[in-house]
Parts: sequence; C-alpha cells; structure tokens
Amino acid sequence: METQALFDALKAKFGEAVLELQTTGFRPAFVVVAPASIADVAVFLRDDPSMKFDSLMCLSGVDAKERFAVAYHLHSLAHKHQIGVKAFLPRENPSLPSVDAVWPAANFMEREAFDLYGIVFEGSKDLRRILLPDDWEGHPLRKDYKYPESYHGVKL
Amino acid sequence: MTRPAEALPTQEMLINMGPQHPSTHGVLRVLLRTDGEVVVNARPDVGYLHRGLEKIGERVTYAQFMPFTDRLDYLAAMNCNCAYAWAVEKLAGIEVPERAEYIRVIVSELNRISSHLIAFGSFTADMGAFTPFLYSIREREIVNDLFESVCGNRLTYNYARIGGVSADLPPGFLEKTKEFLDYFEPKIDEYNNLISYNKIFVHRLANVAVISAKDAVAYGLTGPNLRGSGVKFDLRRDEPYSVYPKLEFDVCVGTGERGALGDCFDRYMVRINEMRQSIRILRQAVAQIPEGPVMAKVPRLFKPAAGEVYFRSECPRGETGFYIISDGTTNPSRLKIRTGSFVSMNIFETVTKGLMIADIVAVIGSFDIILPEIDR
Repeated sequence: METQALFDALKAKFGEAVLELQTTGFRPAFVVVAPASIADVAVFLRDDPSMKFDSLMCLSGVDAKERFAVAYHLHSLAHKHQIGVKAFLPRENPSLPSVDAVWPAANFMEREAFDLYGIVFEGSKDLRRILLPDDWEGHPLRKDYKYPESYHGVKL
Repeated sequence: MTRPAEALPTQEMLINMGPQHPSTHGVLRVLLRTDGEVVVNARPDVGYLHRGLEKIGERVTYAQFMPFTDRLDYLAAMNCNCAYAWAVEKLAGIEVPERAEYIRVIVSELNRISSHLIAFGSFTADMGAFTPFLYSIREREIVNDLFESVCGNRLTYNYARIGGVSADLPPGFLEKTKEFLDYFEPKIDEYNNLISYNKIFVHRLANVAVISAKDAVAYGLTGPNLRGSGVKFDLRRDEPYSVYPKLEFDVCVGTGERGALGDCFDRYMVRINEMRQSIRILRQAVAQIPEGPVMAKVPRLFKPAAGEVYFRSECPRGETGFYIISDGTTNPSRLKIRTGSFVSMNIFETVTKGLMIADIVAVIGSFDIILPEIDR
C-alpha cells in the first residue's frame, strides 16, 4: 500500500487524531498520531485487511529536545509493506496507552522505553525497569540526564 | 514411619537460576517458581551487562561507534559491523564499491557459520553431550584464523567502515576460504550422525516449547527462531540489501520433522541447515567477487542530512535493526539498536510455563540468545 493512501485511510478513519505524514528524509515514512489514540490506531493497522501490520519490528523512545516521542516501526508479512507510527509526548509526565495487547512483542520494548526515558505505558501488563536496577534513579537516555556520583556507596 | 502420599505437604519453591549459571549463555537470571520438577513460572531478568551503548552512540561520531557494534553480539561481530555500516550508509546516501559489498557478504556468512557452530556446540553441551562442542570449536578456529588474517582480530573485528571495509582481503584469502568450505561441508553430515538424530537428544528437544507461526510473528521473533516455526521470512531474500540479490540460496524453515512444528528441535535444525546455505552463498561470492577499490570516499567527520532511518539486516540471532535519527551534526541524535535476542526473551515466560526445569535449559539453548546483545 502506498504511504499516502495509507495515511488517507487512517485520516478517514480517525480524523483529528491523525496529525501529519513525515516523508522527506524519513525511511520508512512516519504517520504522527495523537498519543491517546495510539492503541486504537494499532488495532486498526493490525486488523484491517488492506493494512495487516502483523509485526512490530521496533518500538523506540526518543528525546526530541522539547518533547519526547515514541516511534513504532511496523511491517506486514502478508503485504510486505512498512510504515512508521509516531506519537509526541510532553516532557512532563509522558504517558500513552500500551500496545502490548495488540503486539505482544511490545512488552519488552515498552519496558525499555519506560526504563531509559521514563515514558509510562498505561495498561501495560507488566511495566517494570528492565535493563537498570529497580532502585536506579533517573532515566539515562534523556538528554538532560545527570549522572549519579555513586550507587549504593560505590563511586561511579 | 510411612505416611500416605496425599498427606505429604507440597509447596511452590522460588529458585534463582543464574545470573552465573553454565547453561544461561552469559549473565542471564531466571526466577523460577517450581512445583517439584515442574516450572510454574520462569521470569527472565536481564540487564546485567547493560553498558549504555545507545547513550554512548549519541556522544561519539558515526565512525567512532563502529567498535562498539562488536560488543553487541560478540559471536557475530562481523554481522553487527556490517549492519551498522549499511544503516549509516542508507542514512547518508553513500555508495559502496562492489568489491567491498562482496567482502562484507563473505565475512558475514563466514561469521554466520562460526556463530551457528557455537550455537550448535553449546546447545549440545547444555543437553549433556560434550563432544560436539569440541568439534564445533575446532572448525570455528579456522574461521577465526581467516578473520585474523583479514583484520588482525579473532573476536571483536571492527572491520567494516562507513563506505566500505578497513582493508582489502590479504593474498590467498579466497583460496583459503574455498579450502575451508571443502573441508567444512562434509562435517555437517558428521554432526548430524554424531548428535542431531541421536535418540536421547531428539527426545530432549522434540515437542518442547512449541511456538506457533502466529505467535512467533506476534511476539516479534526473527531469524532462525521465526523460521523454526515454519515462517519463510529471511531479510536477505525478502528485503534484499548489499549483493544478496545476486546470490542464490534457500530459506531454511522448520518442518516439524521429529515433533510439532516450531519446537526446540526445529529451531536447532534450522541453524544446521543454514550453515549449508551459507556455504552455498560463500562459494558463489568467492567466484563472483570483482576487483576494485574497497572504500568509497567518505570524510571521517561527515554530517548526514537531518532525517530518520530504520535499517534491519539478517544477523545469526535474527533481525538487527538500527533506528538512527540525524539532526545534521556529526553525532547521531538517537541510535536505537533492536536485536534479535532481546525480543526473543519476551516470549520466554510464555513458552516455559508447565515445562520441566531441564527443559528450561533446552529453551534457552534453542533460542541461541547472547546477553550483550540483550543488555546493550
């Protein structure tokens, strides 16, 4: 499916919640959606017969300077096409619905974004830190992260 | 004094498997809740090797990150090197000389063989057969010698460069590679005779941790773990990159030959069969490789135009994807690394429910995970 046609179909279905299409310089192209509707968009993208995005390749947190973003890279084994979906979040209390009920693969990747960026995925079946210790303070991949001087009395 | 069996108290037990454990292939910790020998729940706990590679990526230039990719999957460092180089080249629109692409494919496939050899050897050792491990290490030494002659290193190669490779192949390399292939090809039959169809070995693996094709896709499994469930998907064929379109090979999938489709045995056999396909690819690549330069003209400090690229390539442990965001400076603004082992661990808790403790070892081995790639 062509990127523009895909964007138009999403726009027709979700209206205001689909914000823009990022194409120039983006491979694959990104559809930017409102964070609150990400789970609904995800179900549509997975189940619609012309979309069938059955596989979540990658889910990444991003620090886009004045705001955060979550980027989803989707692939369809049936149609052999790809698309990116992105949601921008404010720096204060970033949160959006979880998609691990849509693609179970999302769980570990959401935990990673939670761990390293502090992005909260509402309704996740198991949202805990994954790479860092449970009692670690802060979220290291944020651009304004301050390195701790010690951890449990050990100088870093 | 004897008591009737129903009067014996039973209770669930919480067992810590790892982080230091011979069968966890590195520092993986599994929290086992068991009822006797039966696993009620096995929750993986990863992160012991977290080095913050993605944070480091934002602080070094594109070229400087290359040695760090060696530390992603140290058993297949060539594949990780090339995957990163291809991703940056896609981002910056760099054309790579054809000879360099052939060299990359040759070293990638050699590394795939040596990586699958470790997968095979350590898996059989986990299953209690120690001898095949020695056989696989013996063959892997030859590959390591070849790599040493190419780049001076035996484990962390740092060989690919953005725009090509660091040095041309040394004289006699292609001949030695052919000799290795002639020597190695019959060895695969030897492995099969030695262990693959051994009755005890098959019993340990067949029908254990069966993953349906639907689940494998939904859980994002890639590489041999996905193909073990019968899904014919290989990035080298389905999203061809480099010179793979010019090379013929078959995509190996699990067939359920000794049990249900998608069990541990299928995942094991996919790797054995993929070694044969890598030999096929190598024979063609060695015959076709053209003369010419091995590096494009790329300034050491280059600034790709602002943009975002997700590039994925087929590594021995599945899809290794780089999501790179450039803001037009010399360093990436974001460098996300998606690795096959990390995503494979996600399904671990689901497929191990109700297995025996000994089967946990089989499942870890059949996923062929490597921890530095999970923890990054």
